[in-house]
Amino acid sequence: MLQIHELHKSYPIGDSSLHVLKGIDLSVEEGEMVAIMGSSGSGKSTLLNIIGMLDEADSGDYILDGLTIKDLTEKKAAVYRNKFLGFIFQSFNLINYKTALENVALPLYYQGMKRKERLELALFHLEKVGLAEWSHHLPKELSGGQKQRVAIARALAANPKLLLADEPTGALDTKTSHEIMAFIQQLNDEGKTILMVTHEEDIANMCKRIIRLRDGVIMEDTKVNQVRAEQYV
Amino acid sequence: MFRFLFDRDTWQEVLDSLNKNKLRSVLTMVGVWWGILLLIGLLGSARGLENSFNRLFGDFATNSVFIWGQKTSNPFKGFQEGKSVQLSLTDAKKIEENIDGIEFVLPRNQKQVAATRNFQTGSFSMAGDYPLLDKLQKKDLLNGRFINENDIKDNKKVVAISDDVYKQLFEKDENAIGEYVELNGINFKVIGVFDVGDIRMGPTQDMHIPFTTYQQIYNQGDRIGWLMITGKSGFNIKQIELDTKLLLKNLNSIHPDDNRAFGSFNLGKEFAKFTGFLTGMQFLTWFVGIATLIAGVFAIGNILLITVRERTKEIGVRRALGATPFEIKRQIVVEAVFITLIAGILGIISGGWILILLDHLFGQGEDAALVNASVSIAVVFIALVILVILGTLIGLIPAFKATSIKPIEALREE
Repeated sequence: MLQIHELHKSYPIGDSSLHVLKGIDLSVEEGEMVAIMGSSGSGKSTLLNIIGMLDEADSGDYILDGLTIKDLTEKKAAVYRNKFLGFIFQSFNLINYKTALENVALPLYYQGMKRKERLELALFHLEKVGLAEWSHHLPKELSGGQKQRVAIARALAANPKLLLADEPTGALDTKTSHEIMAFIQQLNDEGKTILMVTHEEDIANMCKRIIRLRDGVIMEDTKVNQVRAEQYV
Repeated sequence: MFRFLFDRDTWQEVLDSLNKNKLRSVLTMVGVWWGILLLIGLLGSARGLENSFNRLFGDFATNSVFIWGQKTSNPFKGFQEGKSVQLSLTDAKKIEENIDGIEFVLPRNQKQVAATRNFQTGSFSMAGDYPLLDKLQKKDLLNGRFINENDIKDNKKVVAISDDVYKQLFEKDENAIGEYVELNGINFKVIGVFDVGDIRMGPTQDMHIPFTTYQQIYNQGDRIGWLMITGKSGFNIKQIELDTKLLLKNLNSIHPDDNRAFGSFNLGKEFAKFTGFLTGMQFLTWFVGIATLIAGVFAIGNILLITVRERTKEIGVRRALGATPFEIKRQIVVEAVFITLIAGILGIISGGWILILLDHLFGQGEDAALVNASVSIAVVFIALVILVILGTLIGLIPAFKATSIKPIEALREE
C-alpha cells in the first residue's frame, strides 16, 4: 500500500537548515491503522504532510499504491490528493460559509462530478457519520464532535485509499474523542487504511500499530493490541 | 474552456464567497459603480448639451461671416483717415468671383423704420433681402411665406414680419397675411410671419422686404449695408474672411493694414468655440470617467487581495481536497470579473436614471438646456468590455497571490 525508503527532509532556517527527517523507512499494508507519535519537533507532522503530498521530500522514495510520488507538479499533486487521500485535520477545516452537505461534496466537485450525483453521494456519507439531518447546517451551528464527523465524511467522500488524520481528537474533549475514535475504528474495520498523528497515548493505543519518532528517525515500531473505543462511549 | 461559465457550481461558489462578506462586497463595488455612473451621467449630459446647441444652430449656415464697412484708421492713397467705407454690389460680385471656397455672397441693407397699422405703431429694424437669406438663416415661418424671386423681379411692396411685430401691430388671432402695414409712410402687404427663435447669431431683423424694393424706395443704387458670406464645407471660414477683407481693401483704396475699416462677425469662429468647448467637455468626461473606473477596479483588486489573504486557510483546504491551482485562480478571477460587471451594470442602470432625471429637469420644452441627454449603446458596450478586461487583469493579481502560497503553509495552524 505505502512504501517509504530513506526519506530526508530539511527546512532552511536563516543561513543554516533544520534536518527534520533523517532517513525514514516505513511500510504500511492495506487495512492497517497506524499511529505516528512523537514530541513536537520530532518530524511526525512533516512525515504526514509528505505522505499527504502537501510537502515534498528532499530525497528518498515514496510509493503509494504502486505509484512513485516524485517531482509532482501542483496540478498532479492536486489530482492525486483528490483521488488517493482523505484528510482529517485537528481544527476540522470546514469551509464556514458552506453547509455540512456542501463541505462533504467539495472533493467531489473538484473531481468534476455533476451536482446532483455529488450531493446524493455527500448525503450518503453524512448519513454514515450520523449527521444526515444536519446536512443543511453551517459549521458554526455544529458541535466540535459533529464538525469532526462532517470532516470525516468529507475525507471519505472521494473514496480514498488512505485516510490521513492530523491530531483528529486534538481539539475535542475526552468523551467526544472516544466517539470519533470509535468511528475511525469502525472505518478501519471496514477496510480503510488509516494513518494518524497523535501525541495522546490512549488515542494511539486505539490503533493497531504505533510508530514513535524522535529527532527525525523512527525509534520504535510496534504492533499493539487495539483498545476498542466503544467501551468508553 | 469556457464551459465552467455555464456551470451552476461556478456561480454558486462566487455567490457563496460574496455572500460571506456582504458589506465588503458592496463597498468593493462602490468604486466601479461610481465610475460608470459618472461616465454615463457626464457623457449623456455632454451629448444633451451638444444636441441642444445643434438644435439652436441647426438652422444657421454656421460657416459664415458678416462684413460691413466702418471708418478707416490709416490714411492711404491720398485719402485721410476716418473715411467712411461703403460696400457696394460690385464688391459683392468681385468677392464671389475672386475668393476661393465661397458658397454664397449675400448683400443686405437695413434701416430702422416706423411701422403703423390702424392706430398701432412701433419702431422696427427692416432689411432688404434676397430669398437666399431663408436658406442661410432659416426663417421659422408661422404663417405665409418668405420673399421669393418674383418679389425681387417686380420690386413688390411685400414684407415678412417677425412674431414680435405681429404682436404689436395685430390683434390676437388676427390673420396677418394679405393685410397691409405702413412702413415709413409706404404700404406693404404682409406675406409671412416668422418666429425669431431664441438664439441670435449676428444681427437679426424684425422685418424683411425684397432687396430690390429697398433699393428702389431708398435710392440705394449700388450701395449695400453689409455682406453675408458663406463658405463651402471644407474651407476655413477664417481664411475666407481674411481674403475677403484684403480684396475689399484693395477695391476700396484702403491701407492693407487697416484693421478698423471693416467690421465683421465670424459665425464659424464663434461656432468653433462652442464645438471646441463640447469636444473638450467630452474629452474631460472620458478622462474623469475612465480614471474613476480604473481607481474603482484597483479598489476591487486591493480588496480581493485582502480577501485572499483572509481566505488563505480556506484555499489551503480546497487544495488539500484536490483543487488545482488553475481552479483556484479561475475562481478568483471569475469573482473579480463578476463584482466588476455587477457594479458596472448597476452603474449603467443608475446612470440611466440620472439621465432620465436630468431629462425631466432640464430636457423639456423648446428652450431646454439638454436635449435628449443620452449615451449610445456602443458606449455602454465599450464600457462593459473595458470593465471585463480590467476586472480580469486586476483579478489575476490576487489569483496568483492565492496560489503562490503552498497548501501546507496555508493549512499550518496559527
